[in-house]
Amino acid sequence: MSNLPQPAVVASDLRKSFGETVVLDGVDLTVAEATIFALLGPNGAGKTTMVRILSTLIPADGGTARVAGHDLAEDADGVRAAIGVTGQFSAVDDLLTGAENLQLIADLNHLDRLAGRRRVAELLDRFGLVDAAGRPASTYSGGMRRRLDLAMTLVGSPRLIFLDEPTTGLDPRSRRQMWDDIRMLAADGVTIFLTTQYLDEADELAGRIAVLDRGRIVAEGTPDELKRRIPGGHVRLQFAEPSALHAAATLLDGAAPDEEKLVLRVSGNGDVASLRRLLQQLEDARIAVEELSISRPDLDDVFFAVTGRPTTEAEAA
Amino acid sequence: MSTLAYTVGDSTTMLRRNLRRLQRYPSLTLMLVGMPIVFLLLFVYVFGGQLSHGLDTALSGGHGGRAGYLNYVTPGILLMTVAAAVQGTAIVVAMDMTGGIIDRFRTMAIARSAVLTGHVLASLIQTLGSIGVILGVAVALGFRPDAGVLAWLGVVGVTTLFALALIWLATALGLAAKSVETASNTPMFLTFLPFLGSSFVPASSMPTGLRQFAHYQPFTPTTETLRGLLTGTPIGSNAVIAVVWSVGIALGSYLWARHLYSRRRAA
Repeated sequence: MSNLPQPAVVASDLRKSFGETVVLDGVDLTVAEATIFALLGPNGAGKTTMVRILSTLIPADGGTARVAGHDLAEDADGVRAAIGVTGQFSAVDDLLTGAENLQLIADLNHLDRLAGRRRVAELLDRFGLVDAAGRPASTYSGGMRRRLDLAMTLVGSPRLIFLDEPTTGLDPRSRRQMWDDIRMLAADGVTIFLTTQYLDEADELAGRIAVLDRGRIVAEGTPDELKRRIPGGHVRLQFAEPSALHAAATLLDGAAPDEEKLVLRVSGNGDVASLRRLLQQLEDARIAVEELSISRPDLDDVFFAVTGRPTTEAEAA
Repeated sequence: MSTLAYTVGDSTTMLRRNLRRLQRYPSLTLMLVGMPIVFLLLFVYVFGGQLSHGLDTALSGGHGGRAGYLNYVTPGILLMTVAAAVQGTAIVVAMDMTGGIIDRFRTMAIARSAVLTGHVLASLIQTLGSIGVILGVAVALGFRPDAGVLAWLGVVGVTTLFALALIWLATALGLAAKSVETASNTPMFLTFLPFLGSSFVPASSMPTGLRQFAHYQPFTPTTETLRGLLTGTPIGSNAVIAVVWSVGIALGSYLWARHLYSRRRAA
């Protein structure tokens, strides 16, 4: 760590409760400058609360944090001047046009007239919003709104950007585009703190991932380090007959049958040798498989590996 | 730039934003201006002829009949315009607070007071504009105020102060509301208060309990002050009481609104 520049975020022992509910239960984390950091976790893990605390929206009940070199409790305005936040809920003014929204933020960033106009034009162009610039934001599609939202966050050229679930609710194409935009920002040397519930998103974008569960960091590392901790994905076998499903479930001890869909999930990473073994076993027992597919590790697998519970249980908790 | 310059600059930016929003959402303004116009027409043309019989001509600018009642009722209608317009304030404030954009403002290094100041100033402009429209309608119907320059300045002063008081109150109500629907209902009691005062009939004609309420509530002294300035009826201590009410409501509501705004929201 010694040769890294000063961290963009250092949080230690952050705590937050809403009434009886403990949302953050002592979170420590460090985000290096000019990197993409992903906070991964299911709904209700405390991701949004974490972002709201670090972006000065709500105070923590305990613990300390330095954000962009400023103490969160002592110098909130110093933090605000250095960060940009794109929250989960659209922060654009629906009654204003795209260009007016950007101009509003330019004015609030105290850019002078000319610099403000230049920045607005540049961002409209960069996010493909030139044609829509004169239309009210209420007429924008989901993807366009999200891009306008991000463009507004960038007006003040922040050094650190918080993105709370930036692709939730977007169609696959808009999602790809958002990923490209995020990578482009990181290439400019901006530090990005993003939250997501998708392992593939964290994997695609982040240099480091921290897994948040019930208000605690339960795992942290590079995507590769994390994936190495996961035993692997699973092979999904689809049967035509319940009898075949039952036979296979008995044969492949420990696999979980889904009676309704006639599906059997067999754990394993799906490499060629183990697949061949699996198929041989089924053939020897004369069990007819209708369809076979291989699933790569997902958030469920990560969760199961580090907490011993599936995400659905974490959500209910 | 100094802190003061930032505060003024940010407030001006917010004012511009809010005026533009009002311009994009004209149905709200039309609805809020429409209400006092309907009441003015209703009271002058439907009830006015009958109500004027019980009215001392000393209270109606020396005129009798419908024309006299128009003189009597116009000051109260002007204040009702304020009460109607501030419903819009509560709505737009609540729209902002329940939307995502407020979080963007809160995470930016802008003057703390700018968001609320922008709303209040935009509402003040909207309210004074609405009053101008209503006054124009009243004049078109035959209202002939005999106020001099000083009296007109007094009218502007009293109305502005009263408008500021109700706008800050509506801002606080808008901040306190959990939804835009709630915010559109809570300030509605303000539009009923003119009826329980001297806006439409003299309070002296009411039964004891109601008369006492009418006598002490803020709309009555403010109406009497405006009526005196516009049509020359006696003002007495009403001007002082009206100013004290306005300053009191404005100050209390400002502090309440500031408290609500800086209270950070959970989750």
